[in-house]
Amino acid sequence: MAEIRVEHLRKAFESFVAVEDSTFTVADGEFFVMLGPSGCGKTTTLRMIAGLELPTSGTILLGGEDVTFKRARERDIAFVFQLFALYPHMNVRANIAFPLKCEGLPGAEIGARVEEAARILRISHLLDRSVSGLSSGDRQRVALGRSIVRKPLAFLMDEPLGALDTELREAMIHELRALHDRLGATTVYVTHDQLEAMAMADKIAVMNRGIIEQFGAPRDIYDRPASLFVADFIGQPSMNLIDFRASLAPGASELALGGARVAMPELRMGCPERDLVLGVRPEGVRLDDASPLRGEVFGAEYLGTTQIVTVTTAHGAVRARLPASLKVNAGEPVGLSFRPEKLSIFDRASGRALPSALHDIPYAPRPSSIKHAGGLHG
Amino acid sequence: MAAGISTAHSVVEPSPLVRRIAGAVVILYALITIVPLIWIGLTSLKSPPDSISYPPKILFEPTLEGYCNLFTTRSRQTAEYLQGLPAASGRCEEIARQRSMVVVGASNFVPRFWNSVIIAFGSTFCAVTLGTLAAYGFSRFKVPLKDDLLFFILSTRMMPPIAVAIPIFLMYRELGLSDTKLGMILLYTSVNVSLAVWLLKGFIDEIPREYEEAAMIDGYSRLQAFVKVVLPQATTGIAATAIFCLIFAWNEYAFAVLLTSGTAQTAPPFIPIIIGEGGQDWPAVAAATTLFLIPIVAFTILLRKHLLRGITFGAVRK
Ligand SMILES: Nc1ncnc2c1ncn2[C@@H]1O[C@H](COP(=O)(O)OP(=O)(O)O)[C@@H](O)[C@H]1O
Ligand SMILES: [Mg+2]
Repeated sequence: MAEIRVEHLRKAFESFVAVEDSTFTVADGEFFVMLGPSGCGKTTTLRMIAGLELPTSGTILLGGEDVTFKRARERDIAFVFQLFALYPHMNVRANIAFPLKCEGLPGAEIGARVEEAARILRISHLLDRSVSGLSSGDRQRVALGRSIVRKPLAFLMDEPLGALDTELREAMIHELRALHDRLGATTVYVTHDQLEAMAMADKIAVMNRGIIEQFGAPRDIYDRPASLFVADFIGQPSMNLIDFRASLAPGASELALGGARVAMPELRMGCPERDLVLGVRPEGVRLDDASPLRGEVFGAEYLGTTQIVTVTTAHGAVRARLPASLKVNAGEPVGLSFRPEKLSIFDRASGRALPSALHDIPYAPRPSSIKHAGGLHG
Repeated sequence: MAAGISTAHSVVEPSPLVRRIAGAVVILYALITIVPLIWIGLTSLKSPPDSISYPPKILFEPTLEGYCNLFTTRSRQTAEYLQGLPAASGRCEEIARQRSMVVVGASNFVPRFWNSVIIAFGSTFCAVTLGTLAAYGFSRFKVPLKDDLLFFILSTRMMPPIAVAIPIFLMYRELGLSDTKLGMILLYTSVNVSLAVWLLKGFIDEIPREYEEAAMIDGYSRLQAFVKVVLPQATTGIAATAIFCLIFAWNEYAFAVLLTSGTAQTAPPFIPIIIGEGGQDWPAVAAATTLFLIPIVAFTILLRKHLLRGITFGAVRK
């Protein structure tokens, strides 16, 4: 197990820059997720960490050792590919044993370790089956088995759940996280699915067009997005983004939206008059008849315990997450108010969030991140 | 294909009428192809008069005369001389005596046939080995001028190989490669390798890189990954390519006539020579042709499991 440090990593394919000045540290034993839309450079970053792609510039340190230009096989990491890459000409046992065969371990030890990995992943009964007949969930487990059997310094996983159906995916999210808690191995996990990221990560890096937009704990990324991209990308439905124009003084805790005054977290830094964006999550929006911010109900989307009500206002459509029991009718005039402690203010031009009282609170650590002593790597 | 990728093709089930027509066409084609082969097989078992009788005989008394004539050389003798000989030992001697001849030795057929085997299989092995390595390189690495090189390789197949026969003939004479097995192996390899590179590149392109990458991350070198992961998955393509190369090298006639005359002569130029020796001995020619067909048929049957998938060029995957 080891810490992974990536410093100013850059990768250009001819003139196209896939990864730009990427810097982050994955602490020893941490579950780190790279999250971003398709084509943003997640796989490229992961492949550079694995040694399958050489960076154009930058440094990669694995457990303090500079491995930037080392071959993949000299790095002692395991990689779970998006489509599993199970060798079709070998059965399950041979697939899992394949990395160990390379180390020239005695047959008995290889056998024992394959059995152990299979037991952890609950695929012992499949060991002598051919991989081509397996369900995608079982293939996923075999691919994981092949990576955990070697006890590597770190696990790299490229959208390993992407090929599974929703139900299995949810089960695997819990299994993967449980496996991580048990092994305590440093993991870099790539996905475009925010639910996977939120459910599993200790830390998330949100990427867009080769750039890391924000690095932080899941709660941090959700509650105080560092940029408009993150605000828009994270959350389902995503944050309401309301354009307005104002000059804000440092220490301001109120802004004017049309005629309405909206309370917000106290700003730490002001700005001269410019185009700004107010960001508020649907769960921060309430119906409030007394509010001067008026709108008209456009429609509602029923989600079981809650509903997403869309209200058209002079500032655009605003979505509110409201209890499903609340009765709203299309066309009904309503007043809206925002919960002040969850508001974010962004600069439209740069897309960055203005620092405010929201950012005073330290990172919230992941509550369920309990590291077990012992286990496979103990 | 790759475990984890499902490539189920949806195929429209053909209607019964279409099936019947397709079946009839296939049977007709099979008949057209097989009848001459059967005729050759039958002719090889006829006596020389039967083989040229008109109308052709379907029913005849089978004899091994054609095969005996193919494997032996005989000389005609006077009746008195034959009378003085002890009783014939062996089938062929008996048949020869009936034609007032005695067997004087083995013919060149066996060594010529053996030359064909060595040259065809040798050149196929070389072409497929070189082709696999080159195809892997072209498929996986950044090769400068890759497209131009691939086009150049293909372009060597655009003219009929015999167009360069004279330069090759002169070159081989200078280099002492005329009428040598090595020379023929090199020649057929160089003709076949372009086909092999192109065919195999298609097959290797279809093997996801992730397999090798996974192996390399797991601690294997690229060569080990190639041997343990790529080759086993390329067997279909390799088998199909090998058959194409073998068929070319086995059947090649023009260069063989030009460049071989003695020690390295292959079967194709030898077979017509039989016609000339002592009248038109069609049963012997038919016997040679029948035997000549056997290795390629055997090789094809041996690899048929791979071929069905291979010859469709990756259109139908497992
Ligand atoms: N070998 C390559 N050559 C050229 N462009 C590439 C190569 N690999 C990736 N790219 C480009 O880099 C960008 C990032 O790719 P990737 O890292 O695979 O994205 P992600 O995994 O986030 O979907 C994409 O636009 C892709 O087209
Ligand atoms: Mg990707």
